[in-house]
Amino acid sequence: MEHSSWLSGSLVYLAAAVLAVPLAKKLGLGSIIGYLVAGIVIGPRVLRLVTDPAEMLHFAEFGVVLMLFLVGLELEPRRLWSLRKPIFGWGSVQVFGSALLLMGVAAAAGVPWRIALVAALGLALSSTAIGLGVLAERNLMGTTGGQSLLSVALLQDIAAIPVLALLPLLAMSSAAHVDSNGWLGAAKALGVIAIIVLGGRLLLRPALRWIARSATPEIFTAAALLLVVATAALMQAVGLSMALGAFLAGVLLAESEYRHELETDIEPFKGLLLGLFFIAVGMSIDFGVVLAQPLLIAAIVFGFLALKAAVLWGMSRGMALPLPERPVFIILLAQGGEFGFVVFQAAAQAGVIDAPTSSLLVAAVALSMLLTPLLLVATDRWWAPLLAGQNRSTLQELNQPQHAPVIIAGFGRYGQIVGRLMFANGIDATVLDHDAEQVEGVRRFGWPAFYGDATRLDLLRTAGAEHARVLVVAIDDTAQSLKVVDIAREHFPQLTLVARARNVTHYYGLMDRGVKLIERETLDSALMSARSVLELLGYERHQARNLALRFRRHSVELLETMAQHRNDQGKLIAVAKQGRQQLEQMWARERDDAEARKKVRASLVSAQQPANQIDEQA
Amino acid sequence: MTDVLVLTAHPHLEHSRVNRALMQAAAAVDRVEVRDLYALYPDYLIDVAAEQDALLKAQLIVWQHPLHWYHMPPLMKLWVDEVLAFGWSYGPEGHALRGKDLWLITSTGGTEDSYRPDAYNRYHFDAFMPPYEQTATLCGMRFLPPMVLHGAHHVSEAELTRHAHTLAERLRRYPDWPELAALEDCVACEVPVTARPQDLPVESA
Repeated sequence: MEHSSWLSGSLVYLAAAVLAVPLAKKLGLGSIIGYLVAGIVIGPRVLRLVTDPAEMLHFAEFGVVLMLFLVGLELEPRRLWSLRKPIFGWGSVQVFGSALLLMGVAAAAGVPWRIALVAALGLALSSTAIGLGVLAERNLMGTTGGQSLLSVALLQDIAAIPVLALLPLLAMSSAAHVDSNGWLGAAKALGVIAIIVLGGRLLLRPALRWIARSATPEIFTAAALLLVVATAALMQAVGLSMALGAFLAGVLLAESEYRHELETDIEPFKGLLLGLFFIAVGMSIDFGVVLAQPLLIAAIVFGFLALKAAVLWGMSRGMALPLPERPVFIILLAQGGEFGFVVFQAAAQAGVIDAPTSSLLVAAVALSMLLTPLLLVATDRWWAPLLAGQNRSTLQELNQPQHAPVIIAGFGRYGQIVGRLMFANGIDATVLDHDAEQVEGVRRFGWPAFYGDATRLDLLRTAGAEHARVLVVAIDDTAQSLKVVDIAREHFPQLTLVARARNVTHYYGLMDRGVKLIERETLDSALMSARSVLELLGYERHQARNLALRFRRHSVELLETMAQHRNDQGKLIAVAKQGRQQLEQMWARERDDAEARKKVRASLVSAQQPANQIDEQA
Repeated sequence: MTDVLVLTAHPHLEHSRVNRALMQAAAAVDRVEVRDLYALYPDYLIDVAAEQDALLKAQLIVWQHPLHWYHMPPLMKLWVDEVLAFGWSYGPEGHALRGKDLWLITSTGGTEDSYRPDAYNRYHFDAFMPPYEQTATLCGMRFLPPMVLHGAHHVSEAELTRHAHTLAERLRRYPDWPELAALEDCVACEVPVTARPQDLPVESA
């Protein structure tokens, strides 16, 4: 019986996730909302396939633990130390600022202060799972906004501990009794953290080395999981946040040689468990409570979201976050979080708030977590274009006819170098880039760049393509690059094209269109590095230069030869191999010659033959 | 069919009046192939095989360059070092250029008067020619009397035009020059076997 329920449970969860997540992604809603909706659908209110969301939530919380372990792995102790100001400074501002504001408003609305305080503290916390999940999904972890969010989330994890410790006090049991327990608890907690830090420093690495030496990959995976589970268990035993402990363990291993291996091993577990966690959150939304008091719930959800957003908006200004990063920062931290569930459940158990109030607040938090991905989608749809639109209105598209002899299409890493050499020589060049942000950026450095899409005929005309002599096609996107070339060939035959090739296919595409001056974008910098390597291996600098230049000529010739056979894979490979062999043989011959000459010379000198050296060969 | 090869070497052709005019005059002659070395090898990476092929086709080889520090510009010198290779143009088996003629067309900033023992160049112009002459001789080539334009900075347009015209005429008429009859055959310079490690393949590019 036990066995079959496990099977059917897995069947339900996996099927729900496999169906809902790709669908949500297809609709542009992101994976998190897919999990949440899957949870709602299979939950006790809709299909009733699963009936005990609380237990599932408890189990799946381990996904959050694994996630924080991985976050810790990415953060070396030194970087964590450099984040101490945002963590304790801005993190405290967020938690206590939001809590104070929420409590004030609740008290003003007539909520008893004790309930108001618990509600405020629980709602002030945000979902680390969704927050960091979204950051990872959008690849924003490295941005200022991402780092700020992480800092605040870390402080919330720390703050949850005293908040939970506070609840029994609020229940007005014997103060002295709790106090002694509290001191004992604090001492235990400090002890466990000390164990983790010391153990992580001294024991973990040798232990991992020993396990890795067994060369059994699954045992290393097991060890990685065991490490996280053990840390979490230790932390939980003394009433600390499991996630915080895992995070600490991660930080301690961030500089170890096993960082990468641990990451790849833990990653799939984290992904699946986190998905399960979101499903459980979806399941735990008690629609009975919601439907009984829809207006009250709506008021709580939007009220606390708005108040927290106000605090966060002020913070984002104070932290001087870049404008485009602010909406994500505010929305992700405004939502309630999984710690809220824990706080409200514990408060209900301690008798600080009654069960209906607890489930009301839990529902509000869960709804806010459901709303968050939707709000993000809305932001992407409405706010981001608005920001971009603002950029565009300050950044006028090129509309004045230009007359420079050179036009540079694309002013990124490549076009900028071309342009700078022109400008440095007093040569006038009209620069076009279709990325408004890029144009603003280079303008700040004083480069005269215009905003505009070079694949448009009218824009090229305005840029002066009819009279210019050279068009530099330095666009990132290969399809667009070829499009610009086509337009230029057709409408401005007098223009000489100078093109950047992103790869060999692109190179041939440009060749087919009759472009003569094509450069592979990485060839020359790679050759400079190769020269450095030769020099480090003891080659004379000038010889290294000669070899690199000759290799370059060989490589370009080979590429052109291969162009004739590019539709015949077999022939292409044969030609490439043959070309390589020729070069290798030629250079091997030269080395042999030089070696032989050296030997003959040495033998002449040792034979003391008076060599009648002639000047030319001295 | 071209049988005259003109190798032009001027590191700043964009500033040159004299050498540009001379190069253009030469290029206008049917039998002439002009190779502008600084344009062909801006990175100083000389295609030795291509240069040797061009030399083989020619009977008259012309070096056309301004005189810098009493000698040829650096890329021309690199050309000499790499193209006139041991075992190809001199030394054992090095007979590729034997019997050809080498002619120097050059210009100097100093006037003819400055090339005198009592002037600032201290030597007669001919005193600077032996390295050229011996280079030709070692390769089995006759070194024809050079055509020199002194005081190139101050030469008048008319004078330059006349000079360029003379150059073109002589290229056209070669080898029908009166002074060639008086010129001796090239002396043979055999490099002794001990001069250089031998029995080695030719250095290729």
